[in-house]
Amino acid sequence: MAEVRFSKVTKKFNENVILNGVDAEIRDHEFVVIVGPSGCGKTTLLRMLAGLEEITSGEIYIDNVLVNNMHPSKRQIAMVFQDYALYPHMTVAENMSFALRLRKAPKAEIDQRVTEAANILQLTKLLGRMPKQLSGGQRQRVAIGRAIVRKPKVFLFDEPLSNLDAKLREEMRVEIAKLYQRLNATIIYVTHDQVEAMTLAGRIVVMNRGIIQQVGSPIEVYRKPANLFVAGFIGSPTMNFISGRLSMADGKAVFQSEDLSIGVPGFVLHESEAVDGREVVLGVRPDDVLVGGKASEHCSEKLQAVLEVSELLGHRENLYLKIGQTRLVAMVEAFFNQAPGSAVPFCLNYTNMHFFDKITEKRIG
Amino acid sequence: MNDKEIYKQKKLFKYLLIHLAIITFVVICVYPLLRILSVSIRPGDKLISTDLSLIPAGATFAAYVRLLKETLFLRWLWNSLLITVATSFIGVSLASTAAYAFSRFKFGGKKGGMILLLSTQMIPAGMLILPLFLMIMKLGLMNTYLGMIIAYSVSSLPFSIWILKGYYDTIPRSLEEAALVDGTSQLGAFYRIILPLSTPALSIAFLFNFTTAWNEYLVARVVLFSSKQYTWTLGLFELQGQYITQWGMFAAGSMLVTIPVLMVFLYSSKWLISGLTLGSVKG
Repeated sequence: MAEVRFSKVTKKFNENVILNGVDAEIRDHEFVVIVGPSGCGKTTLLRMLAGLEEITSGEIYIDNVLVNNMHPSKRQIAMVFQDYALYPHMTVAENMSFALRLRKAPKAEIDQRVTEAANILQLTKLLGRMPKQLSGGQRQRVAIGRAIVRKPKVFLFDEPLSNLDAKLREEMRVEIAKLYQRLNATIIYVTHDQVEAMTLAGRIVVMNRGIIQQVGSPIEVYRKPANLFVAGFIGSPTMNFISGRLSMADGKAVFQSEDLSIGVPGFVLHESEAVDGREVVLGVRPDDVLVGGKASEHCSEKLQAVLEVSELLGHRENLYLKIGQTRLVAMVEAFFNQAPGSAVPFCLNYTNMHFFDKITEKRIG
Repeated sequence: MNDKEIYKQKKLFKYLLIHLAIITFVVICVYPLLRILSVSIRPGDKLISTDLSLIPAGATFAAYVRLLKETLFLRWLWNSLLITVATSFIGVSLASTAAYAFSRFKFGGKKGGMILLLSTQMIPAGMLILPLFLMIMKLGLMNTYLGMIIAYSVSSLPFSIWILKGYYDTIPRSLEEAALVDGTSQLGAFYRIILPLSTPALSIAFLFNFTTAWNEYLVARVVLFSSKQYTWTLGLFELQGQYITQWGMFAAGSMLVTIPVLMVFLYSSKWLISGLTLGSVKG
């Protein structure tokens, strides 16, 4: 296995900047998920690493070897494509052994590796079939098998589950997690699905507009988002944002918006950041809007909202609340049983309260 | 009469009407071929006869025997076959690589090049005879197989390139990219992945090249001048005299030359059909 390093990597298509000076390091045996909205440059970054896209400037290293001008086949990587990219005129076994046959590996070795990969992925009975005779999930497993057989230094996954239906996607997600545990390989996985990112990654790289926004463990990215974009992109339902201003009263910070006024303890917002008159955005996740909660050292003063709509999701329920002109989503246990229009008391969990500077959009507390 | 019966009758009427139309067209299409067959086995060299029966009284294969024994027909057939097969392979080989470049690579004049190729198809073949004649003469390839092969190969290139480019465009690029990652070169990806997947379009291009070259007369008339080098199209006209035309042998020759084309069509029909429907369903 190997380390991967991106150093000031830039990609331009004509005048459009797709990637803007990306710096990142992926450690040996690490499962890194690159996540971001469509067009953020995550697939381009992966394709540049694979050698399928030219690099405008910057350097890419695999195992400390500069690979900028190296042919894809020499980089010792294997890639699983979004549309599987199985060769339609070859059987499953031929697809899986294609790279080894090109290398003129001994037949015994080819057979052994294909059988081994087929066993791992439960493809043994399908080895003689053509790709068109397989289901979506089976095709995906063959694509992964083709990568495993090569024993590459780095596995690259380009949105591998996006063509599958929801149920199959869930199953394959678990399969990939198991596979990682078994192979203990260096994996770089690109997706726009934050659930895949949160569940699979050892570290997440969040990208937007060709720039890395944050690199961290799933829990870091979720609990300590570096900026407004990361806070809004990670988590479902999305984080509640309320624009307002800080004011100081008796040495204590108070967040004030058009409809809310909340005291902000020192452990939430450091004194140095609590500047009187500073324009800020308060962020709080729906599960930190504590409906029926009482004011305490961990929860803000009691507030009152009106229930607009509720969505039952099975074991949880989303409540769409309104306080004046401000709208909030709260996530509560199922069967809340309140009619729309009824008053809902709540408080905001201080422990997971986030503050962002309104101008720089960076996290300040 | 209830609704169900009216519906049945309407359906039957529609069925009969469609079949009547189809049969009419088939008869129009097949009748000349049957008449040629009839003429070829008619005793004597009568083209016109009051006898309308398909197999005339005293039917004989004498014209076939005379054609094969008394003329260079087999030689003409061999010449045609050689030129046609060579033309088809060379034409398809050149078109397949050119179309790949047009489909996959970015280069200046790509769009203009495609339009230019298309525009050559809009010029009547007769107008190209003179420049072709001049080129082949300058190359010193008059009255040679090579001259004919070059002339035929290049004239069917534009159509083949368009057909193949259109097909390549429907093949996902990720297949080649997967092959590149697996260890092929760009040329290897083309040879191992794209070409095997393009058999329907390659078959169409091959058939087009084959039938065009097989039936061609004008260019052959200009390039070839010795009877031994003739293709069958020129050879058959040898049978047409100033005062007398040997219609029996002429018809017999016409029947025999359909056999190779028929065989090629039958052999490649499964690819041809899938080729004609290409693009309708993403493969």
